[in-house]
Amino acid sequence: MSTSSAIIGWKNLTLGCAILEPGSSRKLKTGEWRSQHPVLDKEKCIKCAICYIDCPDIAYSQNEEGYFIADMTYCKGCGICANECPKDAITMKMEEE
Amino acid sequence: MAKRVGMEVSLGVSEAVKVADVDVIAAYPITPQTHIVEHLAELVANGELDAEFIPVESEHSAMSSCVGSSATGARTYTASSSQGLALMHEILYIVPALRLPVVMTVANRALSGPINIWNDHSDIMSERDIGWVQTFAENGQEAFDLSIHAFRVAEDHSVLLPVIVNLDGFTLTHVVEPFEILDRAEVAKYLPPYKPVQRLDPEHPMTMGAVGIPEVYTEAKKQMEDALVRSKSVVIQAWKEFGDLFGRYYHPVETYKTEGAETLLLTMGSVSETAMTAIDKMREAGKKVGLVRFRLWRPFRFEQFVEAVKGIKNPAVMDRAMSPGGPCGPVAAEVRAALYDQPNRPKVFSFVAGLGGRDVQVSDFEEIVSRAEIYAEKGAPATYDLIGVREI
Amino acid sequence: MIEQDLKNFQKITQKSLPTFEGLAQGHRACQGCGEVLALRQVMKALGPDTIAVSATGCMEIITSSFPQSAWNIPWLHVAFENVAAVASGVEAGLKAQMRKGSLPEKKIFIVATAGDGGTADIGLQALSGALERGHNFVYVCLDNEAYMNTGIQRSSATPYGASTTTSPSGKHSIGQNTWKKDMPAIAVAHRIPYVATANPAYHVDLMNKVQKAKLINGPAYLHIYSSCPTGWRHEIDKAVEISRMAVESRVFPLYEVIDGRYVLNRNVKKPISVADYFKPQRRFRHLRPDDIAHIQARVDADWEALQQKVALTNPASPEPEAVSNKKEE
Ligand SMILES: Cc1ncc(C[n+]2csc(CCOP(=O)(O)OP(=O)(O)O)c2C)c(N)n1
Ligand code: SF4
Ligand code: SF4
Ligand code: SF4
Ligand SMILES: [Mg+2]
Repeated sequence: MSTSSAIIGWKNLTLGCAILEPGSSRKLKTGEWRSQHPVLDKEKCIKCAICYIDCPDIAYSQNEEGYFIADMTYCKGCGICANECPKDAITMKMEEE
Repeated sequence: MAKRVGMEVSLGVSEAVKVADVDVIAAYPITPQTHIVEHLAELVANGELDAEFIPVESEHSAMSSCVGSSATGARTYTASSSQGLALMHEILYIVPALRLPVVMTVANRALSGPINIWNDHSDIMSERDIGWVQTFAENGQEAFDLSIHAFRVAEDHSVLLPVIVNLDGFTLTHVVEPFEILDRAEVAKYLPPYKPVQRLDPEHPMTMGAVGIPEVYTEAKKQMEDALVRSKSVVIQAWKEFGDLFGRYYHPVETYKTEGAETLLLTMGSVSETAMTAIDKMREAGKKVGLVRFRLWRPFRFEQFVEAVKGIKNPAVMDRAMSPGGPCGPVAAEVRAALYDQPNRPKVFSFVAGLGGRDVQVSDFEEIVSRAEIYAEKGAPATYDLIGVREI
Repeated sequence: MIEQDLKNFQKITQKSLPTFEGLAQGHRACQGCGEVLALRQVMKALGPDTIAVSATGCMEIITSSFPQSAWNIPWLHVAFENVAAVASGVEAGLKAQMRKGSLPEKKIFIVATAGDGGTADIGLQALSGALERGHNFVYVCLDNEAYMNTGIQRSSATPYGASTTTSPSGKHSIGQNTWKKDMPAIAVAHRIPYVATANPAYHVDLMNKVQKAKLINGPAYLHIYSSCPTGWRHEIDKAVEISRMAVESRVFPLYEVIDGRYVLNRNVKKPISVADYFKPQRRFRHLRPDDIAHIQARVDADWEALQQKVALTNPASPEPEAVSNKKEE
């Protein structure tokens, strides 16, 4: 289902237009809005989770090694994580054409 | 066991809400609705009704609280009138859109200005297109019965729409009438507990009230309207079952002495009783007159109405509200529209009377009938007649 | 009472951040939106047993464009000015049904969220009613200091001197020419058990306040600073930095009011200047040094007044008399 799935006949519409699937916005790939992306330098990272908690787009999750990795499907490239990282472990890089 | 009592009609409505075992009442006082909510507050305070009574700070919040409450699956009730109803206006459209079966009593009263606390239908006529089922009660018993019926219809899974029961302010709300009060056990046979199809529940998280983008707004409206149109059959079936259980039968359109009638009065609400007296009097004097009254205003019951006026020459609609700058009163407009496609359609004459508590008397109906007869022969004015207005 | 309510309070720390997300990815907030960041942190601390009600505004629009929702928890939107009334109904509906046995007894938290417009302006009456009636819910004002959803119009929470589309700066205008309405003080005046200010740059503090607010019985009011890169015209990577500067400049002090008792959560001993706080925000760009000095004086006075409230409401503090005895013209 993409955004175009709002094209629904009225008989198939949910009661009162309720959205029954929680968090279905995940289908919208907001990463497409991005013009730059964060790049992590694992050498510098102290796994403090500041980037994780300061991301407005909930892009970060922790991997098995304990590093916080931003999901480029959703990262809008705002650069807050890079700005806030206490160890300057994140740098913003322009998207390639 | 049902018991016969003499009781103010407002209190009777509260008793109906009590035996319907509502969960939440959110209401703000306004004359002439006050006695209903005061009595409900009392019933809750003394433990006769186990419900949350939210003494909100405005009608806007009353209806908003009703939305919140109903969205959790609670049986929810409010009552209002006039300025209060107007203040709710914004939210009224949202209740059926969310498919929430809130029930509201409207004690019909004139809208300001000038400020006027007395009865007419200008408050509810301004809310014609809100998407609620709307009925009109004619007397105390009917007010009680229609209130129970309202919950039954609203909560029916093929309806899931809010319902308004209209009753005339003062002329009905404040009179003491004899009527039969059903008890909770009897009502339970007719009105099962509300089982919501959807509700706010952390176990099954859902989003209600999302943004309706252009791609979906039309379909959303259509879905709601379809439910409203289909509610007709539920309304009628629920009245039939009510009659079978309790012996009082109701119909969307009622007729009185329409056989052989040439001029037909059309009314809504408590003036119908005066209209019947007028019909009796005129019939005795040999006039061929009859009466049709609407009990179901939304959805409008075209088929039954058309059937009821078949062969009538002069339908004369008495509105209790104006439509300033328009061609006729609001009910007359609907009646004209309903009859327009009929073969040999009659002319429909529009009269407005009883504004802002102005008494409607038998003589007013006589006046309407005689004018209708004249107009039928000589042609009607382009607009409506305001009955009883002083010219000088 | 409050101690009893908070007996299950477990402090969140940077090491124990809640993993739960009430909001999902894919919402449509602008890049670097400070308001949605605040909302996200609030929802994390509330947890899954929560019903959220939102007022019309940016957060409602960006999370609920049919057929997709960014809400992982049950959520309801009705209109702009009534979120506190809707939450009142949700609370009453659950309460009645649980009492009557039609719903199983269970603790469900109710949160109402609105912008500064939906709180301090058009929604103030409904909010006042709900606070005064004592419903058990958390009200969250996400204050981005203007009506952002409709295109950056001023609200009564817009700070003095800020240029918005309906308080534009110009030859005859300084921009907003009124002082920001003190919403937390209005909430306090309702004598509710818990009022607090919070800020996503201090996310641990914010989430702990949300936890307290949800656990304390009765209404709680949280006033949360929410930067808006679009409306404030700051760089999109600066939401958190500017939020921090708001606290460090004493423009947006962090405090709690627990049963009427003021607690300062961050005593800013060496504040940065208001001028420094304004610098990255182009909504203040037109202000002249004397305008800024005027605002600085007000910020200083407000800070002093807050200190006095702390002193006055904490009986243990030394010489509460000293402040109230000052008689000046
Ligand atoms: C009764 C009513 N008046 C006006 C509007 C238009 N409107 C929608 S949101 C909004 C401003 C929202 O501002 P705020 O509450 O501060 O939230 P923000 O968008 O800034 O987060 C306005 C004016 C409306 N939807 N309803
Ligand atoms: S903020 Fe920086 S140091 Fe901390 S976890 Fe993220 S990348 Fe690592
Ligand atoms: S650039 Fe912005 S959106 Fe992307 S991960 Fe960093 S904070 Fe999140
Ligand atoms: S306008 Fe401001 S508050 Fe609204 S989504 Fe964009 S950045 Fe966030
Ligand atoms: Mg705002």
